[in-house]
Amino acid sequence: MPVTATESQFDLRLAQRKRFGTVMLCLFFLATVFGLLVLLTLLVDVTVTGLRWLDWGFLTSFPSRNPEEAGIKSAIVGSLWMMGLTALFAVPLGVGAAVYLEEYAPRGWFLRVIQVNIANLAGIPSVIYGILGLGLFVRFMALERSLLAGSLTMALLILPVIVIATQEALRAVPSGIRESAYALGATRSQVIWSHLLPIASPGILTGVILALSRALGETAPLIMIGALTFIAFLPESVMDPFTVLPIQIFNWTTRPQAAFQELAAAAIIVLMVFLFLMNLSAILLRNHFDKKRAL
Amino acid sequence: MKRVPSGEGSGSPLLQANLYNSPRERIIKWVLGLSAVLTIFTTLGIAGVLLGESIAFFQQVSFRQFFLDTEWTPQFADKHFGIWPLLSGTLLVTVIAALVALPLGLCSAIYIAEYAPAPVRRILKPGLELLAGVPTVVYGYFALTFVTPLLQRVLPQLQVFNALSAGIVVGIMIIPMVASLSEDAFRAVPRALAEGGYALGATKLEVVTRILLPAALSGIIASFILALSRAIGETMIVTLAAGATPRLTLDPTGSIQTMTAFIVQVSLGDTPQGTVVYQSLFAVGLVLFLITLGMNLGANAVIRRFKESY
Repeated sequence: MPVTATESQFDLRLAQRKRFGTVMLCLFFLATVFGLLVLLTLLVDVTVTGLRWLDWGFLTSFPSRNPEEAGIKSAIVGSLWMMGLTALFAVPLGVGAAVYLEEYAPRGWFLRVIQVNIANLAGIPSVIYGILGLGLFVRFMALERSLLAGSLTMALLILPVIVIATQEALRAVPSGIRESAYALGATRSQVIWSHLLPIASPGILTGVILALSRALGETAPLIMIGALTFIAFLPESVMDPFTVLPIQIFNWTTRPQAAFQELAAAAIIVLMVFLFLMNLSAILLRNHFDKKRAL
Repeated sequence: MKRVPSGEGSGSPLLQANLYNSPRERIIKWVLGLSAVLTIFTTLGIAGVLLGESIAFFQQVSFRQFFLDTEWTPQFADKHFGIWPLLSGTLLVTVIAALVALPLGLCSAIYIAEYAPAPVRRILKPGLELLAGVPTVVYGYFALTFVTPLLQRVLPQLQVFNALSAGIVVGIMIIPMVASLSEDAFRAVPRALAEGGYALGATKLEVVTRILLPAALSGIIASFILALSRAIGETMIVTLAAGATPRLTLDPTGSIQTMTAFIVQVSLGDTPQGTVVYQSLFAVGLVLFLITLGMNLGANAVIRRFKESY
């Protein structure tokens, strides 16, 4: 058998093949690091540009035509209002829908249609949700350019995210827990309320926080429903006009004056700090509950 | 929360009460079911709003003009409603984004799934998630105030608003999506296939490119389609950095307008409701909706149709 010939062929090329492998490994690594380097560049650029505008006056002043006096008070308050209202609408609906799909819905075409629909909803561009909000809430329901119209639009936008996260959290609950609760005579709602939801809550909460952080950063849908950029007062009811941080950033970025673009950078720092804190709390929450469950 | 009375004495009255089908239980079931059905109504609402105004639009602008005219000038006195300049703008940005994101995303997926040691992966994955979590308006700011000036040093003819830097930044935005979905596809390939390759004397790279890559191909292609659909629907980066000049061109150095940027432009202005310009927003939205819906359904079909099952 000419085994030796084959072996020598392998030996001849092996070093070359391995070298090629190493070269490609370096390429793969560089490609992965590229994204992170861009992120780092972005953060450094924004910090360097915006930090000198970031002071107490900036956080507690209303927008102004004079960059020295301009601030983001109304944008911060607007963002907080909008997040609270969005959560109020989206969390019960999203968790409810997920519980129904996982625990009640009979397997069949109905469930399949809803699942495919939710997956598609998650892929629809946010600006289309803005058009929905404009047509349905602003015009048809005549909510005008209010906080309520903005929050309802945002709630529909993040609903699929919450449903999908909650479904995953419910699926991760061991079925033995359901079965033993049913075996003891608990009704469906009791099993859900006293067993499934508490056990799945860390996963649900993580999903909710991530969904809300998406709502915090979204701009396009709120431009569509007409969130204003120049708001020199705080909203007092859900029917008041409003602005949010991303809209303020958008507005300042489009100004030709360099000073306003630097203000945009300062507002971006504030927005990114908010987002970072939310992500951090999601991670800490998950770790905390994971530890507790392990005990 | 009412507790079930513990079955002191006999259990039979309790069973007759049939708590499992009590009105309370049925009401809860219906309320939860209603919130699930609401997701269907969201889709119907989107379709209804888009179609309603689009029908009004097409009563004034013929399909012929919409699909055959090569100019888009709704805000001029001489109005033209040819969708092609907006489509070409969107296409241009998407192609540039694809050139950036598909190779980089796929290589990241390969590195994270197959090469990265566990501690490195624990840093890289949250890092990419962070990249995915950056709001698009921040990316838009970055494209306009950092990437464009940087590129202008190399390409002096680059305009302030251009498709190139917008496309590159959109590409960077979708890298994490390609990477994480493709990584899942790699992880779904059974380890035995890789082991078989090693047993035959293949190097690691050969196992990755000739065994794992073909086996994971359906998932990878689906991740490409989904990421590009996201690029087509991306709004703030192109609104801020790509300009507002609908032009039928493939020149990436100049100002263009995408479908999404047009939608934002109209809604920023004081366009009165009921005018043809206002309605054109919904017609463009309908085209955008159909394209992204088609791509999302296509990605699902690719996964179902070409999935290798082991």
